[in-house]
Amino acid sequence: MKKLMSVLLLGMLAACASDQPAEVEPAPAAPVQAAEPAPAAQAPQAAAPVSTDALDDANSILAKRETFFDFDKSNVKEEYKPMVQAHGQYLAGRADRKVVVEGNADERGSSEYNIGLGNRRADAVKKMLVVSGAKSDQVSVVSFGEEKPRATGHNEAAWSQNRRADIVYK
Amino acid sequence: MVMRFILFSCLVFAALPARATLDIEITGAGEHQIPISIVPFEGEDALAQKISAVIASDLKRSGLFRLVDPAGKAPQEMRDVLYSEWSDVDALTIGSAKVLPDGRIEVKFRLLDTHKQSQLLGQSVVSKGDQVRAIAHRIADMIYEKFTGDTGVFSTRIAYVNREGQLNRLVVADSDGYGEQSVLSLKQPIMSPSWSPDGSHLAYVTFEQGRAVTYVQSLFTRQRFALAAFPGSNSAPAWAPDGKQLAIVLTRDGTSSIYLIRPDGSGLRRITYSDAIDTEPSFSPDGRYLLFASDRGGSVQIYRMPAEGGYAERMTFEGNNNFSPRYSPDGNNFVFMHGTGGQFYIATQDFKTRQIQVLTDVGWEKKPSFAPNGKIVLFATESLGRGILATVSSDGRVKQKMIPQQGDIREPMWGPFLK
Repeated sequence: MKKLMSVLLLGMLAACASDQPAEVEPAPAAPVQAAEPAPAAQAPQAAAPVSTDALDDANSILAKRETFFDFDKSNVKEEYKPMVQAHGQYLAGRADRKVVVEGNADERGSSEYNIGLGNRRADAVKKMLVVSGAKSDQVSVVSFGEEKPRATGHNEAAWSQNRRADIVYK
Repeated sequence: MVMRFILFSCLVFAALPARATLDIEITGAGEHQIPISIVPFEGEDALAQKISAVIASDLKRSGLFRLVDPAGKAPQEMRDVLYSEWSDVDALTIGSAKVLPDGRIEVKFRLLDTHKQSQLLGQSVVSKGDQVRAIAHRIADMIYEKFTGDTGVFSTRIAYVNREGQLNRLVVADSDGYGEQSVLSLKQPIMSPSWSPDGSHLAYVTFEQGRAVTYVQSLFTRQRFALAAFPGSNSAPAWAPDGKQLAIVLTRDGTSSIYLIRPDGSGLRRITYSDAIDTEPSFSPDGRYLLFASDRGGSVQIYRMPAEGGYAERMTFEGNNNFSPRYSPDGNNFVFMHGTGGQFYIATQDFKTRQIQVLTDVGWEKKPSFAPNGKIVLFATESLGRGILATVSSDGRVKQKMIPQQGDIREPMWGPFLK
């Protein structure tokens, strides 16, 4: 299963790579377009402008960027690994892109321990990104500890939202 | 005495106006309460605050005094005191306040022993006109010291963070929560205020650079600078008792580790090397040891090691997790946040007996620190969904909540004696 997944992902990324020249520009009369040495990209332009950066595709696994953690844990759970690996592979093909992994913790424990825990969670995601192909200098980490909660409230519903690391593209 | 007042008034730095009211709830009482009457001071109605009311409130909050209403009796001088009228109290204070032509105020007070029918204390103080509350706290300290033998802490100050929506304010206030002054306002989180041993500076952590960076700020000049802004998080500052270095926690070399750094940012030196989170250092009063929290053993526990680094001994074994250790001023025990059954309490542990005493009972109590006389512990808790300040006497008997008008209070830290 995992293997299949990565094959699929690689396929996707390869597709992205070959489509690259079409990028964000709405093809038709833009003078820049004329200079582009990639006629292959002309094909889809009849339709509405299409971004082929998988990052912008709401249906791509790359649209997901959040990893949630168990209480006081920092291991990336199985269900988030394909997503993190996909980002690692994407970064491998895009040396120009950089991300920050923002680690967060729920409000239990001390605020300072939670800074440490947020760092550890962000580091775990970074490690997986790097193992999946990203260069270390493409990925920085920051911890917000319990200081920037997405959800407030002293209950598991809120806490589970806040035990989180976000991959943020710069 | 006069010197102390001059120094104290220096501490009143430019600040936002204090936000007035505070709700104070006191529960419990000391084992032996001293009955005392505080007679309204002659002329105090002309002042910004009534001196007698501030003194009475201070003594009452300590839990060691029972305030008896003077019931209309208002002697102003020794010769006016009819001791037979005061047999229900052990002591009373009388006094007067006068605004001098130059705007300063002169306060005279006497503390009288009603049984021996003699004067225990007599003082005259001249101070700046805006120092009424400070004078009253000093008088309360003198009374407290006379009866308990311990130094009073009514004149000391506390620091905390007040969060209202996006706005975070680092606040310094009197130990009773009044007279609050904003030291810093930011639309980013502020954490972990730590007082320099002489009370002149605060170290703290903010996210204004997008990550945790430790700053040091003078309370006199309000000037501030980044003490530690290394890659990663820079947090949990704690001053050594001699003021010559701070312990801080950095992630620049991996997981949170403890480092020493001089107050000018030089001389950085790493002192813990575990792969675990090592954080929240607290120096022993003699500067030889550090307590800190670490999850090196699986759960988060309190450890002690030499301040220069070395073997770390695990101190806590009860509960699921223990955080935020702070040495008592006499070094005989420490206070910490005790996590058990998914809740967090304030507890102390004696170094010799290893016995722990849980001081609170609600289950959402964080960030304890001792008053500089070791008799009271300040911490953060919640009331109606808002963070508030609270204190508990170190014997657990007297509890107090201080509920500000607005905002969410976090990260309180009791300041030192002002020498």
